[in-house]
Amino acid sequence: MKWLTVTTFLPLAGVVLLLAWPRMQDDIARGIALLVSVVTFVVSLGMLGRFDGSQAGFQMVEQADWVRSINLHYTLGVDGVSLFMVLLTTFLMPIAILASWKVDRRVRLFMAALLVLETGMVGTFLALDLLLFFLFFEAILFPMYLVIGGWGGERRVYAAVKFFLYTMFGSAFLLVAILVLYAKSGSLAGGSTFDLRQLSGLALQTATARWLFLAFFIAFAVKVPLFPLHTWLPDAHTEAPTAGSVILAAVLLKVGAYGLIRFNLTLFPEASQYFAPLISVLALIGIVYGAIVALIQTDVKRLVAYSSVSHLGFVVLGTFAFTQQAMSGGVLQMINHGLSTGALFLLVGMVYERTHTRDLGKMGGLASTMPWLMGVFLFVALSSLGLPGLNNFVGEFLVILGSFASNRAFGAIAATGVVLAAIYLLWSYQRMAHGPVPEEHRGHPDLSVREVAVLAPVLALILVFGVYPKVLLDRINPTTTRIVQQVQRQSAPVAVSQPTPAAAPQSAGEGP
Amino acid sequence: MLSHPPLDFWPLAPELILTGTAIVVLLAGAFMPRAGRGGLLMLSLAGVAGAAAASILLWDWSGELTILGGMVATDRFAVVARLILLGVTAIGLLYGYHYFERSGEQRAEFYPLVLFAAAGMTLIAAATDLIVVFLALEILSLSLYVLTGSSRRLAAVEGSTKYFLLGAFSSAFFLYGIAMAYGAADSTHLSAVARALAGQTGNQALALTAVAFLAIGFAFKVSAVPFHMWTPDVYQGAPTAVTAFMSAGTKVAAFAAFVRVFDVAFQPLVWDWTPIVWTLAAVSVVVGSVLAIAQKDIKRMLAYSSVAHAGFVLIGLTAGDQRGIAAALFYLLAYSFMILGAFGVVMLVSSRGEEHTDLASYAGLYHRSPLLAGLMSLFLLSMAGIPPTAGFIAKVSVFRAAIDAGHWELALVGVLASVVAAFFYIRVMVLMYMQEPTGEAEPDRSLLPTLVIAIPAIVTLLLGVLPGLVTGFLEKASVIGW
Repeated sequence: MKWLTVTTFLPLAGVVLLLAWPRMQDDIARGIALLVSVVTFVVSLGMLGRFDGSQAGFQMVEQADWVRSINLHYTLGVDGVSLFMVLLTTFLMPIAILASWKVDRRVRLFMAALLVLETGMVGTFLALDLLLFFLFFEAILFPMYLVIGGWGGERRVYAAVKFFLYTMFGSAFLLVAILVLYAKSGSLAGGSTFDLRQLSGLALQTATARWLFLAFFIAFAVKVPLFPLHTWLPDAHTEAPTAGSVILAAVLLKVGAYGLIRFNLTLFPEASQYFAPLISVLALIGIVYGAIVALIQTDVKRLVAYSSVSHLGFVVLGTFAFTQQAMSGGVLQMINHGLSTGALFLLVGMVYERTHTRDLGKMGGLASTMPWLMGVFLFVALSSLGLPGLNNFVGEFLVILGSFASNRAFGAIAATGVVLAAIYLLWSYQRMAHGPVPEEHRGHPDLSVREVAVLAPVLALILVFGVYPKVLLDRINPTTTRIVQQVQRQSAPVAVSQPTPAAAPQSAGEGP
Repeated sequence: MLSHPPLDFWPLAPELILTGTAIVVLLAGAFMPRAGRGGLLMLSLAGVAGAAAASILLWDWSGELTILGGMVATDRFAVVARLILLGVTAIGLLYGYHYFERSGEQRAEFYPLVLFAAAGMTLIAAATDLIVVFLALEILSLSLYVLTGSSRRLAAVEGSTKYFLLGAFSSAFFLYGIAMAYGAADSTHLSAVARALAGQTGNQALALTAVAFLAIGFAFKVSAVPFHMWTPDVYQGAPTAVTAFMSAGTKVAAFAAFVRVFDVAFQPLVWDWTPIVWTLAAVSVVVGSVLAIAQKDIKRMLAYSSVAHAGFVLIGLTAGDQRGIAAALFYLLAYSFMILGAFGVVMLVSSRGEEHTDLASYAGLYHRSPLLAGLMSLFLLSMAGIPPTAGFIAKVSVFRAAIDAGHWELALVGVLASVVAAFFYIRVMVLMYMQEPTGEAEPDRSLLPTLVIAIPAIVTLLLGVLPGLVTGFLEKASVIGW
């Protein structure tokens, strides 16, 4: 069985069913979407079962000719990094669908958009052919745009268009860079190619590689989002419906971080080292800035959005520290942020459904009216701020440890992000849960059975990954070790044979 | 394999069939006024089908590369260009039938005029002599001038007049360019011009002047900036069915001739004309995309977007080699179908005549007709270059051709312009999906045109998912015979 292909395209089959069935009732549409996404998750578990954790390279590679004349292939493959990104996607999708059970306008279209989104995201993580990757990368855009703009809050159109244009702007550079890389790859044995595995062996001139690195970097930095390209994120998160926020935070942001690891590091190792200080500084600014801005938010959804900027800073910092620890920590942080922030958005959505406000100033005392909901909120907030024993701790700890090994100052500054996270998360909990209960917020119901079903799987994983992260690390480590080695080995000889010292005086002499 | 008659006229069969059908339809319309429009439509479609069949048979032509003393080419490039044009013509005829039936205007002359225009278009795709190029250009232009004005509305008359005046002006440029080329090479055969310039026997100064004037003439026909001024007025004024036919057909035909003239006759001067094409391409994509943002009428918006699309084709042609030609052909194929589809939807939304072409009429279209909104989104996404649509593959191909030829800066300009362009395509989608309907205008729900629009929709999707279906043919067709 072609596990990867099936996992990728099964949701799309659900879309066909949803759209082809005339006059479908809303409940049937919800049921079909949920069923398809659950089956997809089960299939992706099969992929996990067949995954060999001891191998560092790509596994279960599925390849087929697509457009022979330009040597474009349909190539999917999975390694320790992409494996968990795919699982995170397929795991959260049923939850997002279940969480949006109360969406009652154009249900069919909404569910179809979510499923298209799932195909796009899974494909992005599995594609090993650059153009195929780009295709999935772009295909995410439109359904996400629809979800935000069609079912979002008051300023949804503004947020949706901003999201669309930012991402499209970034991917413009990505497309040109991919095509330039393709043109340069004519010197390879097999001729010009889009295949990532062959392209990573391509010898590029230092300057060319650096320009291309920047082009790839812009595309992914917008997605991550890295300071100062993050301004689309608070709007998109805030205005999106709950399912949209969950997917956006938990998976879509990871596409950017994943792209940095998968493409920037492996294709341009020398340039990665060259730009690493700059990028690390941006990541640090993101960590601290995101946390401080989160601190002053009064809109709870915006607060969680800015906390994402801060948390994703850790991922990028870990990626560009070039130690195996830090990178594994970064990948772990990607997974854990997906779970914790996903859960936070779910909870904020549930609170909003009851109180109809996101303003922290108008809430208070909710713990007395809905103790379970607020209890879960506290649990997730604690996990998000990195309490030892819960999931986020391990990733952040590894990143800080690994960065400390390569640059002490970076590690120290990053650690302040953890402290600030504790302040803004606990403070927001305090403002929501304690204090006097406003008149209009009395008598809200506590968690329903459906909501428990939505939250329970996420909470279980938060606990499991916090206590026993080895299940993840065992499979991640071989891959991150390989990538770190690749960066350090490949960049070393290139750095020595750089023609710049010889070329510099020459050009200086010609100048005047 | 097929055995061809030794008759030299055989490669001209598509044009002969089209012209013959046009005359028959013209007479039938005049002498049998009660025959009904349906009969004329059927007859015209049969003619187009015949021409298409004749073109397909030419794919395996094994005779001379050119016939009639080097006037008309028999290569596969001509076959592919003709087939695209005939597809456009067929859809244009079907649109026109519905359009004029609905508005109640009796326009029997519509069918022969479209057929004459189609004959000019297909002829230009095969012409290997500058005089024939000019002749074909005039055949198609004159038919289109009349078609643009074939409505009682004032805007149509204004558009037609404008089109005619500026068109005549550009024809003069074109003709002057031909004279210069003749001065440089003592011949108007494309191959002779190429030989004279390659052997340095021609007058270089005259040849360069010819390049400049011919480039202006073509730039006008494909509506590249700064020769695009007529486009928005004409596209807006013409009956929507005519606009659909014209926007797709003229561009394919003029670009086919452009490829022949510049990649064959002026191939020796490739280093001189590449900067011209480069500049035209860059300016067209940027100006077309930016000006489209400011439009409040969907037909004008699509007109400016077609200006930008001309720029994208030109980006592919800066490659000046076979790869560039194949990329441009793919782009033209994709463009034809998406613009046909988009104007088809416009025709149905403006339920009668030319009402409701302002963008505000698209507010909440999803609520009134999910099908039309879905189709329109598909075409707009394709124009914006979002996968999995033909527009995405088309953009990738032209950018790839340009980058392989070393013009990565141009590709970057193109990609950034398409981001700008995405903004106004998206805006229409915002209107359709995210706003509530204003007014009670009901879109046209007729079955026939909806089925017709399904054709471009299927092509747009199919080429986006499986571009390999045609790339092989296009590559074989990108070898120009001369």
